[in-house]
Amino acid sequence: MISIQNVKKIYASSKGKVTAVDHVSLEIKEGEIFGVIGYSGAGKSTLIRMLNGLEIPTSGSVVVAEKKVSKIKGSELRKARQEISMIFQHFNLLWSRTVRENIAFPLEIARIPKSQRLKRVDELIKLVGLEGREDAYPSQLSGGQKQRVGIARALANNPKVLLCDEATSALDPQTTDSILELLVDINKRLGLTIVLITHEMHVIRKICHRVAVMEEGKVVEIGPVLEVFKNPQEQITKRFVQQVTEPEETRETIEHLIALYPTGTVVQLGFVGETAEQPLITNLIRNFEVTVNILQGKISQTQNGSYGTLFIHLDGNQNDIAKAIEFIQSQQVGVEVIKNA
Amino acid sequence: MLNELFPNVRWEKMWEATVETLYMTGISVIATFILGIILGLLLFLTAKENIWENMLINKIISGFVNIFRSIPFIILIVLLIPFTKLLLGTMIGENAALPALIIGAAPFYARMVEIGLREIDKGVIEAARSMGAKTSTIIWKVLLPESMPALVSGITVTAIALVGYTAMAGVIGAGGLGNLAYLDGFQRSRNDVTLMATIIILVIVFIIQFIGDFITNKLDKR
Repeated sequence: MISIQNVKKIYASSKGKVTAVDHVSLEIKEGEIFGVIGYSGAGKSTLIRMLNGLEIPTSGSVVVAEKKVSKIKGSELRKARQEISMIFQHFNLLWSRTVRENIAFPLEIARIPKSQRLKRVDELIKLVGLEGREDAYPSQLSGGQKQRVGIARALANNPKVLLCDEATSALDPQTTDSILELLVDINKRLGLTIVLITHEMHVIRKICHRVAVMEEGKVVEIGPVLEVFKNPQEQITKRFVQQVTEPEETRETIEHLIALYPTGTVVQLGFVGETAEQPLITNLIRNFEVTVNILQGKISQTQNGSYGTLFIHLDGNQNDIAKAIEFIQSQQVGVEVIKNA
Repeated sequence: MLNELFPNVRWEKMWEATVETLYMTGISVIATFILGIILGLLLFLTAKENIWENMLINKIISGFVNIFRSIPFIILIVLLIPFTKLLLGTMIGENAALPALIIGAAPFYARMVEIGLREIDKGVIEAARSMGAKTSTIIWKVLLPESMPALVSGITVTAIALVGYTAMAGVIGAGGLGNLAYLDGFQRSRNDVTLMATIIILVIVFIIQFIGDFITNKLDKR
């Protein structure tokens, strides 16, 4: 559906040339929810704008829905853009138009006759759950409602691809989740390919099938979300994964607990997929001469399975602890010893 | 009672002058609105990092606007006498004032239009482009509607300035309330005539301001 080949984008700025996107190649399949994560300035914003021709790559090629977006111009590009729509962090609605008129705008651009326009707008309002707010102006809506208008507007011309530019970054956590659920729903119902950029691993975890991690214009890691969660390779990826598996206070809590348990070993276990459902702790206590103390645990759902972390404290004689850890490893559970007393 | 307070005021003449002032203001406001928006749009669109980025055209329009905005109006009328004569064959009467009024006010308004357009969120323009909108669609359906409150409040200020300009134009023969106040009131020392003309001008200004504020508030849905 989307093929990015060796794309490079260089900007001329006052401080000389800046390489925003550096030799990026990606393939995104039809019907996939693909996430790009990176900190600000990583080039993800430039990358997503090359998918609808808002930015033209300095070199390389971008093909979206069989159209060479990096090459075409004028009316051909405008026509292609109707199939590659976009939603934005700050919604970018026209304040002078009502909800209904905002959603009708892309239909006006596509020269759809008025009667069909009205019908389509009503369908879209139902799809995004904005019944009753049709005649409100954007200033009268909450952030989540504004983004729903943005999504309805983006879907108006039945696009093949939906680009999400930090679409939930301006929303509170609860609203973020409801918008993400809407995106998953749309992806399933319409088979729409979704490409999103974000700096929140939570968003990736919740809805993406695959993820690419960007740093300084390069894609440093790419893979299925669960795979990346289970086995992050790069330092930056590990930090993003920690955003979800290990909330900030976890480290503090663990350190506090370590102080409370001067003997024994604290280990962090990582469960992926089915291993998360095995009675590991029971087996541990039954088969080994150790005491097990559960300190903290968390299970996160991703689009391709669940991923969990568990912090436990093991006490007993050194030998037994070593055997217990060996056993855990044999169960295909990730083990990281945090502290050996 | 009114005749006792204003013994020298000849009402039919006063009315005639009021109509002339309204005529000059009305026509010049309409022309300024259109010309100012065109110039303002060009200034905005040819600026750096915009759709029609073109530094040469931008500098030329900007220079033109700055020059005509800086010339004091009374001097501008005199400077434009040959041009007005060429255009209309005369320099007496209300129509003769129009070229100077429009050329004096349009650049002033163009700057206000440009400021209004620059206040539009860049993201909204980007969103329209991402939907496949043509530049003309962006102008008609995004830029103008989204900046309309600023455009209307700008033309209100400009219209009030234009009322003042018509009075100045009146002094050198364009007719209207300024002309009456100067010839009938000042030169013949009939202060009541000057006072009455002033009152009418004030009423016109208040009405323009009221209508302008009303429309701006109605349009602004932010």
